[in-house]
Amino acid sequence: MTDMRTALPGRREVAAPASTGLEARRRALRARRLRRGWVALGLVVPAAVFYGAFVLRPLALTVQYSFYDWNGVTASTFVGIDNYRRLLGSSETLGSIGNALELILYFSFVPVLLGLLTAATIRKFAASRLALLSRTVLFLPQVIPLVAAGIMWTWLLASDGLVNELMRAIGLGGVTRAWLGDTSTALGAVGVIGAWVALGLCMLLLLAGMTKIDPSLYEAARIDGAGAVREFVSITLPGVRQEIGVCVTVTVIAALAAFDIVYISTQGGPANSTLVPGLEIYYLGFFSREVGQASALAVVFMVLVLAVVLPVQRLTRED
Amino acid sequence: MIVSRRETWLGRVLLILLMLVTVVPFVSLFVTALHEPGTYPSGLALPETPYWSNFVDAFTAANMGALLWSSALIELGVVPVALLIATLAGFALGHLRPPGHRAIFLTFVVGLTLPFQAVIVPLYYQMRDLGLLNTRWAIILPLIGLYMPFAVMWMRAHFVTMPEDLSEAARIDGAGTWKLFTRIHLPLSSPALSSLGILMFLWTWNQFLLAVVLVDDPAKRTMAGALGAFQGQWGTDIPLLCAGSLLILTPTLLVFLAFQRQFVSALMQGALKG
Repeated sequence: MTDMRTALPGRREVAAPASTGLEARRRALRARRLRRGWVALGLVVPAAVFYGAFVLRPLALTVQYSFYDWNGVTASTFVGIDNYRRLLGSSETLGSIGNALELILYFSFVPVLLGLLTAATIRKFAASRLALLSRTVLFLPQVIPLVAAGIMWTWLLASDGLVNELMRAIGLGGVTRAWLGDTSTALGAVGVIGAWVALGLCMLLLLAGMTKIDPSLYEAARIDGAGAVREFVSITLPGVRQEIGVCVTVTVIAALAAFDIVYISTQGGPANSTLVPGLEIYYLGFFSREVGQASALAVVFMVLVLAVVLPVQRLTRED
Repeated sequence: MIVSRRETWLGRVLLILLMLVTVVPFVSLFVTALHEPGTYPSGLALPETPYWSNFVDAFTAANMGALLWSSALIELGVVPVALLIATLAGFALGHLRPPGHRAIFLTFVVGLTLPFQAVIVPLYYQMRDLGLLNTRWAIILPLIGLYMPFAVMWMRAHFVTMPEDLSEAARIDGAGTWKLFTRIHLPLSSPALSSLGILMFLWTWNQFLLAVVLVDDPAKRTMAGALGAFQGQWGTDIPLLCAGSLLILTPTLLVFLAFQRQFVSALMQGALKG
């Protein structure tokens, strides 16, 4: 269809008499470019319609709802910034934001640090059979649903699960407990699940980054008498700056937006010790039916994600 | 490069440890699934008599046949459509570059870091008003929209890197936009398309939030959403729960092992570009 339409002016151009040649050709060219522009815009329309209808419109509605008091059924009333005031005065919400920030420690720092150390030690045999096998194995947690990871680990971390059993075996029987059921350890236990999911991906991304570093840099460092630590700090780390940025961005978003793992393993309990904004939005919106409150929290939540992610992007983007 | 033996061993040990930590939860899940239903088995020891029947019970209890069918329908509704419209938009924004393409692209990029929870409340009411709550459409339609920022960015990045000379030559030979797209660009896009397809397949299969909020009936959900319901119902019977989880895991694991190389590169590139 389209090819016929865009091909036509070209043919007419050839047929045009020589006297009006230049002017006509220019006009035809402009017409063709214009037509191509409309065709191009037309091609964007389907994607834009879905994006507009199911992302931009709800996004605008979230902001709008956040200024209303509405239970989803009866008429809504405009309440200004009351929802925000209530949220920021509620210890439950502030606690959930604090929990999400603390989860960054487990979901992000631990996997990135461990990933860096492991990748740095195995960098030199990244092409060995063992390393190739590890590419498959370490990706497994990325492939399975987070829900399944939650179920697995709920069982591993239970009072007579494998974790406690191992601890008893090495003489740490005194500290065993139901890790997810204890207010002092539940958030950390949820964090362990997130760290397990992210570790392999971070390690492999960082390793891929390290194999791209020019080997002559390392040789030069060795000749200058640099030790392993020095080498790591002055060559490896700067070399994978971008990959670190990617790992941190992906894992930080996973921490702040945590939902699946928490929903399955603790439902936010015990005593709200693992409540996170992603889950609280769900509770407020669909259980207490406080649509305004839920939307206000969603807005705060978005701002939080951007406030954490944008600086990371800026720091690690290559200029 | 000369590698000291000590370093190599340290690296090997670390790598094996890392793999063990990754695999042990799967092993534990499998071993537990073989124990007598209703018990609280401990450790990684296989039971004396493995209860293979747990898998059959879990299959019937979770209504697995219906679940597989439902997930397949959702995948079929989401992935081809999302691929098609993202490719068209990516081609337009990356190659044709109509006036305003920069602004349009930026509008898509805005949605890139957006967690789904940010729009889930209005989505619920939108679906209710459309009368689509508790149907698979309630999962399919929003997912297509939510994938657009990443998918359009992915395909645009691909079309931007296509050599200009190639299109130039085709144009001179008289190819119109449509021919240029179908004969030249599309055949060269299959790696980018298959990676994107794999990623969206995986995200859809594992989608939990939308399934839990928008569809009550587990038999109309995605696999991950159904697993959530299964846990709620059978959470106290650990061996049965483990068997059910394994059954729900298996399809993704099989697809992963079959398309390993594409998967790994898709996930790595996906992370790098996202």
